[in-house]
Amino acid sequence: MKTAIAFWNILLKDMRNYYLKPPNISWGIIFPFAWMLMFFLKSQTTVDVRGVLPGVMAMSILFGTTSMLAVTITFERRSRSFDRLLLSPVSLTWLMLAKTLGAIIFGIINAFVPVLIALFFIPVSHINWVILILSVIFIAITSTFLGLFIAVSVSEVFEAQTFSNFFRFPMVFLCGLFIPIGQLPIFLRPFSYIIPLTYGADLLKTAINQNGHIALGISLLVLLCLSILLFMISKRNIKKRWIY
Amino acid sequence: MEQHILRVENLSKKFNDFLAVNSLNFSVIKNEIFGFLGPNGAGKTTTINMLTGLARPTSGSIFINDKDYTANIKKAQEIIGIVPDESNLYEEMDGLENLCFCASLYGIKKAERIHRAKKLLQQFNLTTAGNKPYKSYSKGMKRKLTLAAGIIHEPGILFLDEPTTGIDVASARQIRALIKSLNEAGTTIFMTTHYIEEAERLCHRIAFIVNGQIIKIGKIDELMEDAQKDKIIQFSFDGIVQLNQFENNFNHQFSHCKLTYIQDSVFQIHSAIPLDLMPLISFFDSHGLKVTEARIIKPSLEEVFVKITGIERDVMKKEKEGRKK
Repeated sequence: MKTAIAFWNILLKDMRNYYLKPPNISWGIIFPFAWMLMFFLKSQTTVDVRGVLPGVMAMSILFGTTSMLAVTITFERRSRSFDRLLLSPVSLTWLMLAKTLGAIIFGIINAFVPVLIALFFIPVSHINWVILILSVIFIAITSTFLGLFIAVSVSEVFEAQTFSNFFRFPMVFLCGLFIPIGQLPIFLRPFSYIIPLTYGADLLKTAINQNGHIALGISLLVLLCLSILLFMISKRNIKKRWIY
Repeated sequence: MEQHILRVENLSKKFNDFLAVNSLNFSVIKNEIFGFLGPNGAGKTTTINMLTGLARPTSGSIFINDKDYTANIKKAQEIIGIVPDESNLYEEMDGLENLCFCASLYGIKKAERIHRAKKLLQQFNLTTAGNKPYKSYSKGMKRKLTLAAGIIHEPGILFLDEPTTGIDVASARQIRALIKSLNEAGTTIFMTTHYIEEAERLCHRIAFIVNGQIIKIGKIDELMEDAQKDKIIQFSFDGIVQLNQFENNFNHQFSHCKLTYIQDSVFQIHSAIPLDLMPLISFFDSHGLKVTEARIIKPSLEEVFVKITGIERDVMKKEKEGRKK
């Protein structure tokens, strides 16, 4: 019960202090909207909207979650308010889950902004909503834990943003969203299969266009394993670097 | 019988090859204010970090209420309160929200945390500031609210790291009064400071820590005991006095005393045995010296600290000035 009270209040505090602030709300809407508009203006056909939707959704989640974690973790660490959390009786696992749940929710909401826009242009009957929701949740969790891994590996907010880009941009080009993995140079292909976005994007393709290449179960399992791995590494890094 | 709420055995902390804290042994008695006095870099904050869970000891043991928490200090965090040397509350939140949030970390229910937060705001004279953002607070107010946040879960032992460093004199006085009243209400306090006067005024027992080692530990009276063995009387005279006017005769007549020049018309007489004032005054009178004032000088804790640790008075003073800036 005590952990639940602490967990809920950490989440609530992050929501009020960070996620529900106007700049972040506008980022959450404008970013996916801008991507969507850009692709739509380029293609001007419903088929292409459908084609780019998985990519825009995946990018919205990835950029939204990793950017927020850099603020909620790195900034609090810098201002020493994170120490207050570390000095509380809440276990590190619950503490990190409370700190990341806000970003996961933020990522999920981000993902549905392009879906709402797309609904005006494409029929929804072909979309498998169960897989879509499941995909969004799994991508949001993995991306958030990637953001957590980045946030606990640096000391400054700007370092977190720079380090994030080191992961984000290669992932966007290697995950098969815009360039099919089969068309990538051979030496780059193995990298495609170790990044979470490949599996997340494939899930979204399956849900929206029914043209994913990886088995649903494998994608979910890989995302789950990567999430656990990133979370464990982040926890170890906190213990090593912040509880010196 | 004295109950030891905190006991530390052979506690050490090493950073690569640097031994920051070297085999500390001490205990804190229930309901006392225990002070850790030492210059910057002595190992005070590292010790407090190990005791509260922000640092892992390299070796040694930490017992709280006779239970060994060395390997898992997290389990003890419910019964300890921490007020760090720098405020670590949330700038965007107001005073009441900050206190309520801190209470929630200890699993306190909503109605109870609001009740406790309002009570503390009143006790710390922050009621009107309670609904203002923390970032608008002065340094003194921030420190007071941080102190309130440290006790909102009513801890058994409160750790204060340099509680009055960097704040103005009036706020420091208020903080000291609050610390005293908290202790009187039953809170055991472990505090670090490099202000000798603060330690002297607040603490029941003090440990002198230098270069990561405890040099001396005890009640203030016990620490002063050695220094008080030396009796000192300071004489002030009317007009400028030449030492050579009477030095030889003085040494001959009062061989157990040592004469020390302070300034033109002021001298001190040190003696290992109790001094009788009348023969001294008669002596000065016979040499044509008119005594205007004679007073007993009691050694200060600062002098005891300097004597025991070998750290120059100037070092502590410079640190004090540096911190004030």
